[in-house]
Amino acid sequence: MSLLEVRALRGGYGAVDILNGIDLDLGEGDLVAVIGPNGAGKSTLMKAIFGLVALRAGTVRFQGEDITGERPDRIVRRGLAYVPQERNVFASLSVQENLEMGAFIRRDDFSAQIDRVYSLFPRLGERRRQAAGTLSGGERQMLAMGRALMLEPRLLMLDEPTAGLAPNVVDYTFARILDINRLGIGVLMVEQNAKQALAVAQRGVVLVMGVKRYEAPGRELLHSREVAEMFLGA
Amino acid sequence: MAAEILQLLVFGVVVGSVLALGAIGVSLVFAILRFANFGHGDLMTVGAYVAFVLVAGLGFPLLVALPFAIAGAALAAVAVDQTVFRRLRGRGPLVLLISSFGMALVLRNVIQLVWGVDTKVYDPGIQLPIVVGDVRIRPDHLTIAGAALVLVTLMWLFLQKTRTGKAMRAMADNVDLARVSGIDAERVILWTWILGGGLAGAAGVLLALDTRLFPLLGANQILPIFAATILGGIGRPYGAIAGGFVIGIASELSTLVIEPVYKPAVAFAIMVLVLIARPSGIFAGR
Repeated sequence: MSLLEVRALRGGYGAVDILNGIDLDLGEGDLVAVIGPNGAGKSTLMKAIFGLVALRAGTVRFQGEDITGERPDRIVRRGLAYVPQERNVFASLSVQENLEMGAFIRRDDFSAQIDRVYSLFPRLGERRRQAAGTLSGGERQMLAMGRALMLEPRLLMLDEPTAGLAPNVVDYTFARILDINRLGIGVLMVEQNAKQALAVAQRGVVLVMGVKRYEAPGRELLHSREVAEMFLGA
Repeated sequence: MAAEILQLLVFGVVVGSVLALGAIGVSLVFAILRFANFGHGDLMTVGAYVAFVLVAGLGFPLLVALPFAIAGAALAAVAVDQTVFRRLRGRGPLVLLISSFGMALVLRNVIQLVWGVDTKVYDPGIQLPIVVGDVRIRPDHLTIAGAALVLVTLMWLFLQKTRTGKAMRAMADNVDLARVSGIDAERVILWTWILGGGLAGAAGVLLALDTRLFPLLGANQILPIFAATILGGIGRPYGAIAGGFVIGIASELSTLVIEPVYKPAVAFAIMVLVLIARPSGIFAGR
């Protein structure tokens, strides 16, 4: 059974649709990268799955259940977590408080999960009392992912996790995304760093003008001449 | 001159206590609900008159009446939100701002209808000031500053230590991220009105204790409260407290050089300067 099943999704922000009928499947523990040119609808696709965009048509199913148009605060309870591209930490809250807010809906003792996030991202543990707004770009991204992991999701959606980061931090971030995926957590990420994203992803999806143009194993897309010419700048 | 400055600092702390308590709610409501609540001053007036009923009518000591005034203003704030603002959520800041103006008029006129337009006082007696060196301090001023200190400390504990308090800070910081974290917005909004409205009610009581009660008591303070909020940075409750004291002390000290009738203009001038030079507030780090 698919973990996430998107069918014929259409929608956007106003009169004009950004998504023009997208299908997407992601199985338990898959790592899928969505690439494509600016304005292809990559970020909109994530927001649409997470109930943040008005949908005109189509369905989104998660673990077999219809979640189309459900409120974001309900969707997170199902085990689907989302990390926005920008403003993805609570800047005036401490690192520790950011993680507590990630676990807001948990009524059980989540201290073990906080420890797990700190062992995944040791830098965050060192800075647990520091305000998130004072972190570096890379550390913020780690915190944003850590916050999303607090509910122990089945699927983590990352919107451009490496945007604006220095090259060595980009490598580090992709390595941590692989670590998260190895824990059995499905990952759907939208990426501008298409080469590196396809190198770590099991599958790549190419989005153009709000429709899926190609879908193939990551390495296959990486070596496809057509995709390379269009998006990889090769 | 030194004694005069010290005396004005005392007055400034008293005025600042009132403004700080008022500005906390304006700041949180602005950040979480995204509109400037013009009715916030009238919530202060509600609190002041609730205390008046208990003190003048039933003979309660003022500090015993204070928690009831806080509860009364909090209840009024929640009632207005649930009956009016809740239906208008997502309609944009302008609609909410105008309707808050309308609600301010409703609250003000209900108070006027019930208690009339005459000025009233909690305790008609005369207090002898405590003289410290060349500075004279009224016992009421100690009550005002002391009550403000206790309330601000309680608010700090609530915002720092409780789950709901942290969620309120998180929502004031970033509404969208709070939603995708699963934070229940309506619950936080309810608590925002309880906290902001309650502190406004306390501010009204303390202001009436310093001066007199009349239906425009709180409404007259809305400008300096907005100034304090903007100075502290919208959505920063601790900044609002600092902003309140800065505005209070600055307007009192200004009487050294300009006529006291221009005190409100000082708050306005500071607000305009901050909006031009540092619109995110003087304490903003982000």
